[in-house]
Amino acid sequence: MANHILEVRDLSTRFHIAEGTVYAVNGISFHLDHGETIAVVGESGCGKSVTMLSILRLLPIPPAEIVRGQALFLGRDLFDLSEREMENLRGRDIAMVFQDPMTSLNPVLTIGRQIGETLRIHMGLEKEVIRERTIKLLEQVGIPDPIQRLNDYPHQFSGGQRQRAMIAMALACQPSILIADEPTTALDVTIQAQIVELVQRLREQMNMAVIWITHDFGVVAEIAERVLVMYAGYIVESAPVDKVYENPRHPYTMALLAALPRVDRRRSARLRSIPGAPPNLLVEPTGCPFAVRCELVTERCRVEMPPLILHGPNHQAACWIDVSTGIPF
Amino acid sequence: MGRYIIKRLLQGIPLLFFISLILFLLMLNVGDPVATMGGRRVTRRADYERLRRQLGLDQPVYLQYAYWLLGNDWTKIDLDGDGVAETTGTRRGVLRGDLGISLLNRKPVIEVIGERLPNTLILMVASELVIVIGALLVGVFSALRQYSIMDNLITAILFIGYSMPIFFVALISMFIFAVLFKRWGLPYLPTVGMFDPQAGKTTAQVLWHMVLPVLSISIISFAAYSRYIRSTMLEVMGQDYIRTAKSKGLPRSEVVFIHALKNASLPIVTVIGLDLPLLLGGAVVTERIFAWPGMGRLFLDHVDRVDMPVIMGILMLVSLAVVVFQILTDIVYAWLDPRIRYEK
Repeated sequence: MANHILEVRDLSTRFHIAEGTVYAVNGISFHLDHGETIAVVGESGCGKSVTMLSILRLLPIPPAEIVRGQALFLGRDLFDLSEREMENLRGRDIAMVFQDPMTSLNPVLTIGRQIGETLRIHMGLEKEVIRERTIKLLEQVGIPDPIQRLNDYPHQFSGGQRQRAMIAMALACQPSILIADEPTTALDVTIQAQIVELVQRLREQMNMAVIWITHDFGVVAEIAERVLVMYAGYIVESAPVDKVYENPRHPYTMALLAALPRVDRRRSARLRSIPGAPPNLLVEPTGCPFAVRCELVTERCRVEMPPLILHGPNHQAACWIDVSTGIPF
Repeated sequence: MGRYIIKRLLQGIPLLFFISLILFLLMLNVGDPVATMGGRRVTRRADYERLRRQLGLDQPVYLQYAYWLLGNDWTKIDLDGDGVAETTGTRRGVLRGDLGISLLNRKPVIEVIGERLPNTLILMVASELVIVIGALLVGVFSALRQYSIMDNLITAILFIGYSMPIFFVALISMFIFAVLFKRWGLPYLPTVGMFDPQAGKTTAQVLWHMVLPVLSISIISFAAYSRYIRSTMLEVMGQDYIRTAKSKGLPRSEVVFIHALKNASLPIVTVIGLDLPLLLGGAVVTERIFAWPGMGRLFLDHVDRVDMPVIMGILMLVSLAVVVFQILTDIVYAWLDPRIRYEK
């Protein structure tokens, strides 16, 4: 408990739009320890990003509404802070890197300015010091010729370089938590590996805790110590990374793993995909959201959402069925 | 950039040439300036012929245009009507800075316009400042509070403002701020001219007299710009880079006025760049109603009497301003948006 740098309790986020209410996040709880890396996995639209944006209070309210829950950062509930206190905390204590570096940088301001801003706001440094720090940051994230590139605009950077600049921006104040929201999705495969490596190296240097959002189970093994599997706004399984691969306890986790191409599998074998699509979040959830796509579904699954059941140290899954035998508990 | 500007300026020359040609041909159909010259008396046939000859209106169209453009001091013209061109012309032509002489009061067109241009400029610059500053404040404000009560209220008021014709705004504001205010014993605003002749043309007088005309001119554009700024701001505020700026912990003012407004100002600059040159033409209706001695009233008065040189002068001045302001807009654009670079 004492080691938790971030603890989220029973967080629920909804969006009120013209078509009705979107049940985006439905009472999730998780924690993050000092210096730990967790991966949040799930298909697109299952509430991973919304969870993180809720914690940082970056969602526009309305249409978004944080219905209930707490997000304790070092014991302080972020939802109780004033807007001003929140501004001080963003970028300094908790920083975020976004999915698409093409649109996440301001096109009309120089890279140097956009990185330096964070230093100016949070550290109140002088112009010269900011400049030097910015150059050093660009160097750290592996951008050649940082002195020249300082005055360049985002469109003069390649996609990978922009993501590197985004990371430099996020790490400028040495935050204790970095939230990386699918930072490699928009990049080439070779660049993806570099970015993953870069974040890992910097994480060790700075002793940061990292929340890495991804829908790619392949990356997870490389970076994370723990995995949260999300589906339709619920955490359906939470486990140490080796347990997820060895002994998944939720049918959705198993399905995701089965959809992963593997070296040791016959090449002629077809890759499995999960039939159907994630549920419509406009309908108030009753029962297990995965029931309609689940092979092991029982009557109970359709009417009652299973709680997280403990399967081992730090290993929980929300399923009525013992997946190893196919029999309900 | 330098080469680009020069290139654009050179491109403007043929454009202005064609504009002048078209305007000149259109002017020929406005009416006969000589027909209105005699006042109440019917002009005698002989006088009519003589006047036309002296004004050069008896010449074929292409020659009239050539004299207007190039002057006629390089050739001889026939003034006495004997069919022999013996007098050397005196006009130097637009290309050499001679816009001709007003048919109405025999003063050089440059002088006629020069007297009125400053009056229009103070009125129009003041109005444009009110429009742009006001619209920026109101537009940004209502974008940040989309669908709030204030936003809806502002929207309603702006639509009323936008749908009122200028002459109505002018007359109703006259009625309220001059007639009613005077009746109620309040300090009331003047409705006519630039200054009170008894007080003389002082800055305070001119400012005081400007209030109502500026109000009338501003309302429609202010409403339109506000809506426009509101929608571009809304669009920009929803962009990913705004979320990034917020995630860095920037204070709201910095997010709005630096990260958002710099992007939102790009389309606004285009609209302002198109509107500004038209200001030189003055506000025909407003200047007429408030008896403001500016370009709009000048234009109206001289169109009535088919004073071709003056009208051509005003129209060409506005055309030139349009061309120049387009180039200026492009320069400002490149300055605001680093992605825009002009080649060659």
